[in-house]
Amino acid sequence: METLYKKVNKAALLLAVAAGAALQSCSGIESSQANTAVASQADADAATKVYVAPGKHDELYSFMSGGFSGQVSVYGIPSGRQLKVIPVFSQNPENGYGYTEESKAMLNTSFGFVPWDDLHHPKLSRTDGMTDGRWLFVNANNTPRVARLDLKTFETAEIMEIPNSAGNHCSPYPTNDNEYVIAGTRFSVPINVEGKYEDVNFSEYKDKFKGSISFVKVDKKTGDMDLDFQVLVPGFDYDLANGGKGPSSDWVFFTTYNTEQASTLKEIGASQNDKDFLAAINWKLAAKYAREGKTHEMPAYYYHNKLDEKTHIATSEIKKKVRILLPEECPGLMYLIPVPKSPHGIDVDPSGEFMIVSGKLASIIPVHSFSNMLKTIEKKDFIGDVGGIPILRYESVLAGEVKEPGLGPLHTEFDGKGNAYTSMFVSSEVVKWKLKDFKVVDRIPVYYSVGHLVIPGGDTKKPYGKYLIAMNKITKDRYLPTGPELAHSAQLIDISGEKMKLLLDFPTIGEPHYAQAIEAGKIAPNSVKFYSLEENSHPQATKKESDTRVERKGNQVHVYMTAIRSHLTPDNIEGVNVGDEVYFHVTNLEQDWDVPHGFAIMGNNNAELLIMPGATQTLKWVPQKAGIVPMYCTDFCSALHQEMQGYIKVSPKGVKTPVAFSTGGKKPAA
Amino acid sequence: MKIRNRKNKVSASGLSLGAMLLLAVMGLYSCTSGESEGTGAEAYAQDQPASTEAAAPETAAVADEGKGVGPVTTVEVGADIDAALAGTGKGLFEAKCSACHQLTDQKVVGPGLAGVTERRKPEWVMNMILNPEEMTKQDPTAKKLLAEHLTQMTNQNVNEQDARAILEYFRQNDKAI
Repeated sequence: METLYKKVNKAALLLAVAAGAALQSCSGIESSQANTAVASQADADAATKVYVAPGKHDELYSFMSGGFSGQVSVYGIPSGRQLKVIPVFSQNPENGYGYTEESKAMLNTSFGFVPWDDLHHPKLSRTDGMTDGRWLFVNANNTPRVARLDLKTFETAEIMEIPNSAGNHCSPYPTNDNEYVIAGTRFSVPINVEGKYEDVNFSEYKDKFKGSISFVKVDKKTGDMDLDFQVLVPGFDYDLANGGKGPSSDWVFFTTYNTEQASTLKEIGASQNDKDFLAAINWKLAAKYAREGKTHEMPAYYYHNKLDEKTHIATSEIKKKVRILLPEECPGLMYLIPVPKSPHGIDVDPSGEFMIVSGKLASIIPVHSFSNMLKTIEKKDFIGDVGGIPILRYESVLAGEVKEPGLGPLHTEFDGKGNAYTSMFVSSEVVKWKLKDFKVVDRIPVYYSVGHLVIPGGDTKKPYGKYLIAMNKITKDRYLPTGPELAHSAQLIDISGEKMKLLLDFPTIGEPHYAQAIEAGKIAPNSVKFYSLEENSHPQATKKESDTRVERKGNQVHVYMTAIRSHLTPDNIEGVNVGDEVYFHVTNLEQDWDVPHGFAIMGNNNAELLIMPGATQTLKWVPQKAGIVPMYCTDFCSALHQEMQGYIKVSPKGVKTPVAFSTGGKKPAA
Repeated sequence: MKIRNRKNKVSASGLSLGAMLLLAVMGLYSCTSGESEGTGAEAYAQDQPASTEAAAPETAAVADEGKGVGPVTTVEVGADIDAALAGTGKGLFEAKCSACHQLTDQKVVGPGLAGVTERRKPEWVMNMILNPEEMTKQDPTAKKLLAEHLTQMTNQNVNEQDARAILEYFRQNDKAI
């Protein structure tokens, strides 16, 4: 009997051969059978190139979007070792994020508590057009939000809801000095500047539906975000964005689809026009118009949640206004550049001159020129307008086209050595081409259906052109089968030489979309090892064992508890009744790296706590049954970790057991 | 009161590579432990060892005359107790040490501390407070204590001045007995 294992291997071989044949037929370059065969296997020295000896560190951090897991995963490159999963828009039972009393507020939105999202694009903060390793910005596609992660602690520091957006896919894009993080809407929806509800029909799409581009200001020192203003844009779908650099630093570019403004069966409806648009917005000019008061103030309702560094408590603020700029009132603010239909990635090369737009359904990759764009604007070489926004002539802006690049171009990154690399979704390959003459020079198959690519710093002024990571949507036979659901794969490709060489593939979480990678030295030295107990200003912190206690306030019981290797104080608690709201405020007294303590209670309808050294976290528990209930530390902390446990006595409702607590022989007066 | 740091005392010449590495590690250690945020500003070395333990060479465990292994090589203690210093030490002890140690001879998590200043040299006591992980790996006395109590003494991020104050509090405790 043929095993499944053998079957998939055969299938892989067939697929690889088929892919090779497909490559040859559509490649514009000489590509021998032998070449393709080599390219489909890992480089002969691959193992040594990705081997990071025990105890040694990786060269780079890579931050990958967790897609529908709502998380960000951190991988070491080149080893592909997963180092951490950071919860952002999703509750995480592993560390209690979104479950603890301190962190719940992070997931507040105008729709209520939303404990999940679809996280697509991580973007690192920037200084002078280069990644600086301070923060990571990520988007929530479903319930429109932008989050900032602090790379000192690898924790989510802030989440802001985006009003007037219905699908925050085209997001978040930091400008070169992190002045703004910019977020565009995916689904256009009815928006009117008065902020009133209108009973709009789908047939009114063209008149009533609008998109918005949000300009989130970032505090230079703290990173704190603030929604400064929005630009109300035509009712298309805004897909991806990218900022200019060098000469084009003042501009940010957005790909659009559904310029047909269809509201139904968009698969067909949004593919009618031969060309969609690249929207170019002069963000500096927009900021100037906003400062000069060209904005309309519009009622809004959105949440802004922040984690306090010293108390480790998140709080929510509700904001009720937003300032709106209308392009028709702001000359020079916005232009539309035709691009082949259904574009995805817009990527600006390191020099800032070329804007590469990958049209998913296009047979060429257009390369637009920033300097041509300026000339076209100057000459008013327009072919029409959309609601007062000029449409530039395609041929006037174009620098050239990459011919027969492959099927389904999605996204382009750069190596800083004059080369561009474009992912081909349909033909499952990465194609290398020269920025000098737009000629394809190399291609490598990937497994399979590649989405985004990342080259560390590949979207900055100076890429780190040693590695490329392809993030693939389909895995099929690459790993041991795990039922119908398989891990998505990332593939590490060596781009240091003329030919691309496959080094490694490794599984990722959720559906990884974009990723960012950065030299380890920009982050590792600043990594926080523990929180100083002296600086812990959590109102329920207990900084020494002698201050531990249990207090009753009506039907609430507050336990002020400490944890240290290897005991909890107090570890015998009584005076709790069925139905009480019991709050365990647990402070980890350790001041040592990598010694968190966990805290869990039998039968709690919640999660656990994972308390970092020097921090305080609160777990809420409502006991439902009378009896003796165990509690314990979940994170193996010492040889006596298993002994790090205690009991809570729960009395039936109405039984007036006095509050009492103890640890060992020391019995404080109740 | 004089506290001298080992890294200031020895010259780099004639040291083995291992010892140089140890110095680098200790430099890191003193730097991080002195900072309240728990961040290290030192340049990140690509091929740095993964942990301080991994770099600690055999040569570090030279005969320490009962002074232990760590940043403290010489401590001068007065004939009398510095009451103010001991008072500071009391506060620190209660916040950082009392979860595991009693001042009597009763073992809790760690050993009871009555008589500790008679059993150990002052340098040893301070090194144990400042450098507990290296001590339990390299110092013969500390190794035995770990085997007996089986819980690694926690690094509570105490700085040298504070460790000196805690030592004074122990001395006061021992004189009172």
